[in-house]
Formats: sequence, structure tokens, C-alpha cells
Amino acid sequence: MKSVAVVVPLSPEDPRDRLAGAIPKLRAFAISLTREVSRADDLVQETILKAWTNIDKFDPATNLDAWLFTILRNTFYSGLRKTRREVQDSDGVHAATLSVKPDHDGRLALTEFLRAFDQLSPEHREVLVLVGASGFSCEEAAGMMGVAVGTVKSRASRARKRLAEMLHLEDGEGLFTGTDGATQAVVLRSAAAGF
Amino acid sequence: MTKEKTGDGPDRRAIRAQIDENLKRVYTSALNEELPDRFRDLLAQLKAKDGPSQDGLS
Repeated sequence: MKSVAVVVPLSPEDPRDRLAGAIPKLRAFAISLTREVSRADDLVQETILKAWTNIDKFDPATNLDAWLFTILRNTFYSGLRKTRREVQDSDGVHAATLSVKPDHDGRLALTEFLRAFDQLSPEHREVLVLVGASGFSCEEAAGMMGVAVGTVKSRASRARKRLAEMLHLEDGEGLFTGTDGATQAVVLRSAAAGF
Repeated sequence: MTKEKTGDGPDRRAIRAQIDENLKRVYTSALNEELPDRFRDLLAQLKAKDGPSQDGLS
């Protein structure tokens, strides 16, 4: 004889009631992607609207945050596709001129980190925020991004490497020794430009 | 040309930890930003439009 534990909710929960609680996370993700609060807020607004009207497509057995993040990032990228070339060009310009060094104590100032973070492609910012900051697993991130887990891992690794290059953290130089390598910086920068 | 295939040596792990620490700072500061009223208003509007199916005072 088997007994099966069945959780019967007192009243069927409407996932729409949980939307409000998800907004701060959603907005933090949007800000990380767009790096612009007003654009982020438009994106969150659009995401809430889509989620509300498509709530029947949400499987309550799954993670609501992940579902909402997926809507938000898809909305973001479909809007971005139109201005894609512009964005990539400006990325290139910034990357070529950027030069950031760690503090003398080896700890990065947040402003320096942000400057480098802003130069990343949205895809790189996305993967880093999903797996590095917001606490999603690589598997969950893969589901949201619609790619294989391996792709998430390699993309995250490339994104970290790119950041490390821009911040001159490669191989611990600067990080531990406080090396101020002007030559090194040039080398790293030209290596970075190859991407 | 670059030595990127060195695996997870202590240096790489330290760099990664430092990057992730900063990522969390960026994300947390975005998370702590005050929410504009527009989202609360939007949800209220949507709720009102959908009609009072079950008007619990929550």
C-alpha cells in the first residue's frame, strides 16, 4: 500500500498575484541588461503586460521568476535586433579606448567594474547576471536563454575573461602584485580587440 | 597566444570570485532601487480590467 502525499491548496492560487513580488528582481535584471533605468522600466512594464495576458501559458509547477525573466529577455532581444548593428559598433569603439586598472589595494572600485561591465555585449551581461549574481543555476539559465547548458558555461567563461581583460586582472597580474603594467595593458587591450 | 586553458588555478578562481562579488554588488544595488509607482498602478489597472472574480482583500 502506497500513500501519496498530495498538497491540496485551500484555494487555487492565481500566479498573477505573485507578479508584484517578482518586480524588484525583474527590474534588477532589466537594469543589468539595458544599463539604463528608463529603458529597463519600459521593459519591465511590457513584461508584466505580457505575463498578465499570457498567464494561462505559465505552468504553476515551474519557477515564476524564470518564466518572467524569459519573457523579459526575449522582449529585450527582439527590440534590440532592430538596432543591433549600432550597438555592436559602439561596443567596439568603447572597448578599444577603455583602460581601467584595479585600485592599488587590488580591490576593484565598483565604478571601474561598472565601466567595464557596460562595455560587455548584452549577451555577456545577461549570462553573468543570471549565473553569477541572481542565483539561477546554469540549467535554469540555459532554459531561459534557449541554449544548451554547455553554451551557458562557455559564454559565462568568455564573459568573465573579457571582464578580466578589461580590468587587467588576467592571470592575477595586478590583482595580487599590484603590477602597474602599461605594456601589459596594451597587450591585453589588443588581445581583447581581437574578439 | 593567451594562456586561457589553464583550468581553474587559484588565480583564475580569485579573479572569478572578485568578478562575481562585483556582479552581485551591481545586481543588489539595482534590486534595492526604489520601485516607481507605475508598476503598482499597472497591476491595479490590469486587475480592475479583469473584473472582480474573487475579491479577497489581500
